[in-house]
Amino acid sequence: MRAVLSVSGVSMDFGGLRALDSVDMEVREGEIVALIGPNGAGKTTFFNCITGIYAPTEGEVFVSPPGRDRINIRHRKPNQVTGLGLARTFQNIRLFPSMTALENVMIGRHCRTRAGLLGAIVRGPVTRREEKGIVERAYSLLVKVGLGRWANEVARNMPYGAQRRLEIARALATDPFLLLLDEPAAGMNPQETQDLKALVTRLRKEFELSILLIEHDMKMVMSVSDRVVVVEYGKKIAEGTPAEVSADPQVIKAYLGEESDA
Amino acid sequence: MEFYLEMLIAGLIRGAIYSLIALGYTMVYGIIELINFAHGEIYMIGAFTGLVVAGLLGASGLPTLGILVIALVAGMVFCAGYGVTMEKVAYKPLRKASRLSPLISAIGMSIFLQNYVLLAQTSDFVPFPRLIPEFKFLEPISHLLGSSDLVILVVSSLVMVGLTLFIRLTRLGKAMRATAQNQKMAMLLGIDVNQVISLTFMIGSALAAIGGVLIASHSGQINFYIGFLAGLKAFTAAVLGGIGSIPGAMLGGLVLGVAENLPIILSAFFADIGLNIDIPNDYKDAVAFCLLILILIFRPSGLLGRPAIKKV
Amino acid sequence: MRELSRGLLASLWMVVLTAPLLVVRVNTTDKVVTWRWGNMLWMAIGSLLLFLAWRWAMARRGGDVQAADQDSWFDKLLARIGQGPLRLPVILGLVLVALVLPLFVSMYEMDIYARALIYVGLGLGLNIVVGMAGLLNLGYAAFFAVGSYTYALLNHHYALDFWLALPLGGLFAALFGVILALPVLRLRGDYLAIVTLGFGEIVRLVLQNWDSFSFGPSGIANIARPTLFGREFGVQDSAIFIYYIALALVAVVIFVTKRFQDSRVGRALLALREDEIACEAMGIDKTGVKVMAFALGASFAGVFGVVFAAKQAFINPDSFTFIESAMILSIVVLGGMGSIVGVAIAAIILQLMPEYFRFMADYRMLIFGAALVLMMLFRPEGLVRAKREHYTVKDLSPQTEDK
Repeated sequence: MRAVLSVSGVSMDFGGLRALDSVDMEVREGEIVALIGPNGAGKTTFFNCITGIYAPTEGEVFVSPPGRDRINIRHRKPNQVTGLGLARTFQNIRLFPSMTALENVMIGRHCRTRAGLLGAIVRGPVTRREEKGIVERAYSLLVKVGLGRWANEVARNMPYGAQRRLEIARALATDPFLLLLDEPAAGMNPQETQDLKALVTRLRKEFELSILLIEHDMKMVMSVSDRVVVVEYGKKIAEGTPAEVSADPQVIKAYLGEESDA
Repeated sequence: MEFYLEMLIAGLIRGAIYSLIALGYTMVYGIIELINFAHGEIYMIGAFTGLVVAGLLGASGLPTLGILVIALVAGMVFCAGYGVTMEKVAYKPLRKASRLSPLISAIGMSIFLQNYVLLAQTSDFVPFPRLIPEFKFLEPISHLLGSSDLVILVVSSLVMVGLTLFIRLTRLGKAMRATAQNQKMAMLLGIDVNQVISLTFMIGSALAAIGGVLIASHSGQINFYIGFLAGLKAFTAAVLGGIGSIPGAMLGGLVLGVAENLPIILSAFFADIGLNIDIPNDYKDAVAFCLLILILIFRPSGLLGRPAIKKV
Repeated sequence: MRELSRGLLASLWMVVLTAPLLVVRVNTTDKVVTWRWGNMLWMAIGSLLLFLAWRWAMARRGGDVQAADQDSWFDKLLARIGQGPLRLPVILGLVLVALVLPLFVSMYEMDIYARALIYVGLGLGLNIVVGMAGLLNLGYAAFFAVGSYTYALLNHHYALDFWLALPLGGLFAALFGVILALPVLRLRGDYLAIVTLGFGEIVRLVLQNWDSFSFGPSGIANIARPTLFGREFGVQDSAIFIYYIALALVAVVIFVTKRFQDSRVGRALLALREDEIACEAMGIDKTGVKVMAFALGASFAGVFGVVFAAKQAFINPDSFTFIESAMILSIVVLGGMGSIVGVAIAAIILQLMPEYFRFMADYRMLIFGAALVLMMLFRPEGLVRAKREHYTVKDLSPQTEDK
């Protein structure tokens, strides 16, 4: 299976601090990969490096959009990366609080539509058709993540779990081939987590997605992912199937502390 | 050669004044992240207060140096009062508002104060008496360094050293630094943040007043509008040095003061090497603005500031 | 009672503080000192009353920004007109009044109304930049200047026609907007404000000093008035004609603003104000969108700059100072950032008030300054709160939800 994301030797320095230390990893087509590690291990920094928010100090990040050659995105801006087909959610929800759920998802369509200044002013048939398409697509995505009845609600008034789903719908609106989820289950109760798990697996199938997710909920990680990558102090310490990784002594040490070598 | 030296010194004098005003910008910005647009008007009010004092005491027979000292003190006291009042009225209620609100409020304050002085005093340029006495010992080099130049340099250096010591060594100075670092934390540790902010405005305004009285006496005339340009340039100086940084404001002022003489210096230089390119001196204000734009684009953290890291 | 004693204290403070400048006036040349004790009395009474009003207003606001979210009677009235069946009649009525106005007023007044309309256009242009994009531009007068000088210079040198200059002025101003915006838009909000101010001053200084290009402080005179299909007008008819031109352009500008607001780009602009990082992650080219808004706003200034030059028939750099930019900003802030109706009302009020309240002329700028501060404190959303219609899905029920 071909790799849709391959990262080699990525390091990130903040002043004197090395937040990521030459990390290699791959996400293959159709895979769900989980990125785990203790707090402060550099997981979100890694996301920021591959989505263009930070420029990695060293290393290369390649993506291979469907039907295209692989592209180095190390020096691309975040919006260009999204344009290539990587979409993400945020650990601390970043919706547009005063816009409705529908409008939030409509913003996601921005990079797949083109109407400019002239189109806006003249509002010819092409623009009108495009606008109609944006609204329809946005609503159908909301329905897909189970938020149809929230469509006209302002994002800030939505319940927490719904906001997390809305972020996913918004990311999907950019037509990604690789979806990056940053702690999607954080703050959810067990039932919500269950629903989320079902949603993630369903979306993968329906949109032919590859998914890379950061998650602390081990139950979810173990049941949903095909492969797990473990980082600690900015370094990759293990990689493999959930079963392999959970048996890895180094991983156990990282999670449980020194005395667990028994 | 002597001409260039003369230009350099003239630049340093003006730069010293910019530094004095820039300190107010930088201190306020350091603590509440506000560009106090009306700070230039405080400087102008300082000059006018000095004018009133000089006018009242002019016939009293006091030596000019004595009048100068009284004018400086009165300017500092009243400007500190204006500064605190301005903060209480126009900025304090907006501390939780969006970033643009206090800035617009500050612009309003600036227009208000300008017109207040215009209405209370006059719209014309008024001659300002020479309050700085002539020193005999400077006569041999007076074309390079006049007595008012010397006084400005000495006073502003003393003030800057004093301020640095105050911030480094005293309890209040420490409280100011702590508040600048993290306002919430400072509050939790029992620092009266409101008091610190008032103090910052008082000190900043008093420094501007010193600048106002000195430059008025140096240039010999003032009007209600002098604060606008001086304020803008001092702000440029603060940004140049790295806004929030006190040594930065001092350095930025001096660099800007000298840089402003570039049109004259360049014109003279071109003449010296036989080129006929004359740059009008009126472009000296444009130099400051160009410098400001260039710094903000290429090194927004200024000469002595630290770059910020984007947090996600 | 406690309030009163605090008020007296505040009043005493203000009296002492303002005493030197308000009471004493020295004439250093003749060595005469004038004492104006009357001023002190006014200050005492005034500041006491102001203090009480202040406390009352602050208490009403609860010292809290939350209260600002409630609609006042004014908001409700506007909402009634804006959404109800009255909407169309009110708009038509206003248009009719504007159209027949020249029949009833003198030529002098015509000139004032034309100027007021120019400021409506300028306010709407800056509204796109400040109100919609949230970019504080303090050098907006520079774009106004670009438009004016485009027409003045091209007319002077090449006898260019007004109607050709109109789009050219807008285009040049937009170009200047792009040139300025590209490097500076990534700056933080308050830095951006100062840089635009610097840019505005640079433009003015260049116009003032580059004699061979702009004729320096003496400016350009005898700028041709607009013609209608080659027909020229006398002075009187010309004033009316320019009024109608300005009116038509205002209509165009309102139309364009509305369309822009409800477009893909306008939506992105709104989202950018809420969360830039999320926008970038959604694939929005934030610089591109902002530059577009900046240029569109600048082009309005350019177009109205051409109208201004044609109306005045004479321009010089003095018309494009920072005060001019501050005035246009006041229009946007007082009217309500982002609100088309509000900006239009504020522009008309601010332009007409000094004409009809002559006795206030001296205090005009003083009141402006105070109004800006008070507006930020008590009604930061301006006269008319910007209301946006949300995109909605009309029919929520039929589609079955996946869970």
